[in-house]
Amino acid sequence: MFPIVHIRQLSDAVFEMGVHAPAIAKKARAGQFLMLRIDENGERIPLTFSDWSAEEGWIRFIFMRVGKTTHQLSGLRVGDSLADVVGPLGVPTHVEDMGRVVVIGGGVGTAVAYPVARAMCAAGAEVTVIVGARNADLVILEDEFRALPLKELIIITDDGSAGRKGLVTAPLKELCEAKAVDHAMAIGPLIMMKFCAATTREYEIPTVVSLNPIMVDGTGMCGACRCTVGGETKFGCVDGPDFDGHAVDFEELMSRQRVYSDDERLADAEYDRECRCHP
Amino acid sequence: MSPVDGTAAPVPGKPRHRPARIPRTPMPERDAVRRARDFDEVTLGYTEEMARAEASRCLQCKNPTCIEGCPVNIDIKSFIGEIIDGDYHRAVAVLKERNALPAVCGRVCPQEAQCEAHCVLAKKGESVAIGRLERWLGDFDLACELEGRCVPEVGEDTGKRVAVVGSGPAGLACAGELRRSGHAVTIFESLHATGGVLTYGIPEFRLPKHIVQSEVGMLEEMGVEIVCDVVVGATYTIDDLMTEEGFDAVFVGNGAGLPMFLGIPGENLNGVYSANEYLTRVNLMRAYEFPKADTPVWRGRKVAVVGGGNVAMDAARTAKRLGADEVFLVYRRSAEEMPARKEEVHHAQEEGVEFKMLCSPVEVLGKDGWVTGIVANTMELGEPDASGRRAPMCVMGADFTIDCDTVIVALGTRANPLLSKTTPGMEINKRGYIVTDENGATTKPGVYAGGDIVTGSATVILAMGAGKRAARAMDEWLMGGVR
Repeated sequence: MFPIVHIRQLSDAVFEMGVHAPAIAKKARAGQFLMLRIDENGERIPLTFSDWSAEEGWIRFIFMRVGKTTHQLSGLRVGDSLADVVGPLGVPTHVEDMGRVVVIGGGVGTAVAYPVARAMCAAGAEVTVIVGARNADLVILEDEFRALPLKELIIITDDGSAGRKGLVTAPLKELCEAKAVDHAMAIGPLIMMKFCAATTREYEIPTVVSLNPIMVDGTGMCGACRCTVGGETKFGCVDGPDFDGHAVDFEELMSRQRVYSDDERLADAEYDRECRCHP
Repeated sequence: MSPVDGTAAPVPGKPRHRPARIPRTPMPERDAVRRARDFDEVTLGYTEEMARAEASRCLQCKNPTCIEGCPVNIDIKSFIGEIIDGDYHRAVAVLKERNALPAVCGRVCPQEAQCEAHCVLAKKGESVAIGRLERWLGDFDLACELEGRCVPEVGEDTGKRVAVVGSGPAGLACAGELRRSGHAVTIFESLHATGGVLTYGIPEFRLPKHIVQSEVGMLEEMGVEIVCDVVVGATYTIDDLMTEEGFDAVFVGNGAGLPMFLGIPGENLNGVYSANEYLTRVNLMRAYEFPKADTPVWRGRKVAVVGGGNVAMDAARTAKRLGADEVFLVYRRSAEEMPARKEEVHHAQEEGVEFKMLCSPVEVLGKDGWVTGIVANTMELGEPDASGRRAPMCVMGADFTIDCDTVIVALGTRANPLLSKTTPGMEINKRGYIVTDENGATTKPGVYAGGDIVTGSATVILAMGAGKRAARAMDEWLMGGVR
């Protein structure tokens, strides 16, 4: 069992959770993920680390309340435990001084952008961060980003309720246009990563995306997470989660992401019904 | 199973055993139509009377050849002898001297190709049903109250600590042997449940998970420590285990877990599964209980399973149980060449799985991101290939379409690089499997390996044999020739 040592509500539907897992905390690196299972009947779901402390033996991740598992997660308290936490999994993000780096975080993907930006800063890169969200309430980790030695933090929301109004691709395009980017890294919804990659392609700027496909075991055993990169089938869990954004077949991934949408609706409905019985 | 008095004393002045000349005792099984709708076990096992009757067929040969056919050299003649004498507890003890998982092996070993193939009776007719007797004894032991069960004796504490990577057949067999030699043993399992392929791969209806858990529980009873949720190669490296974590030796039995795909167009459409994923969702994550269990699985109406091994049979029979109207097994050679056990093929056919032999998929068709069918080539058999089986060859211009909404690819697995990549000094071969000597020693001192990660996909019992052999070599290495 893995005790929950930290919970912070970042917005109406977004939560940060910390779990005591010293062996994992010792090995975690930016861009890697964990698999968790809440209880005996639970699904195994992948979540990327948002932070960790080897000294204090904890790891953190950020999730949005969308389906049954994340609903259940958001109802847990410090002192409760998760049945299973496994990791660190996946290949860490390649970090070095790549010159002028722009890290784009969209929605909950911002949680992953944070340790990547931190590691890039530590490696000596000049880092600009673009944080995109639907509205001000969904902008997360602003204080954490402000505490990093960034060149610039750009916040942009769909409705303009925080920072600029628009999509992350607008400031990204401006930076590319100004020849101010040597390397880009985008983490967020597939559609956002697709358009970020499309934006940088024109300027031939190497762009890495962090994929979050459906997984079962997370160690290469099942192949649920397969995706096409440069015409080849890759496993998100062991070959990724980072891939060349210009080579990823996003259309296929978006389709694969929807495999269980009917089942998810059923599970949610079932869960809602149960919830009403136990107010 | 009926409660039986396992301590029935042998008759004093025991008369010479006279083998009964009766036909092989069939094993009761559930009706095919009914069983294909649920996940309960298909075969029901012998009753005590059946076991006694079957045991009475054994000739108790002076030079038993059956034992040679067993990869772990179980003293088959003796355990059957004990059944004949009615001393079932002793029979279990004989069995467990060589095999810690009799209830598992009694169910999943290909006995017809091993011990039973070597039985003298097989030459003239039907061999003794050694596997069914093994299963009956294993179940007899598990049905006993804990204090009545046979827990192998543990040797005196040696002060040595061994880490075992993986709780599948190889790891479990190795851990049991090492513990018997008095070493402290910790098994690290990457999933949340123990058993490896016995748990995630082999379906409930063929190997109930409570049987696996009970037999694994016996190892814990012996003092083996099991830690789940640890991926060696990620959470700890082998070097971490041998330095910071203080282990004196490591056994690697992590299996060959990466599924192979066909490499044809359309394979990433929704509704295409590796057998590993399909079976893991259903067996390990209990997707057949969705939405009570949270993990879903796509329940196709028309399912094509590609492959001809036991895993293909398991996937096809699972699809039936999940409610498919039609399940096709697509295999590129003929039924003759199928590597699956005859019994599994027979069960699959009884349950209504349709066999499409001599056809090889060349493309998965789809619409709106979902599978709608496969295009397959008609094949014919040519000269024997490297495997000794006749090689399938494409018949030109004879491709056809099979309508289906699900494709399950059961073509075998390959080595997972997760562990070898993080273990400097441990040699692997071109295909990623670990290189060892005949006793399982790798090129890294103190590190041994066995099972599928050395040989490639094979059987449960071969992996167990490799685990045991490695355990003996590790014991010698750990004790520095003291024994």
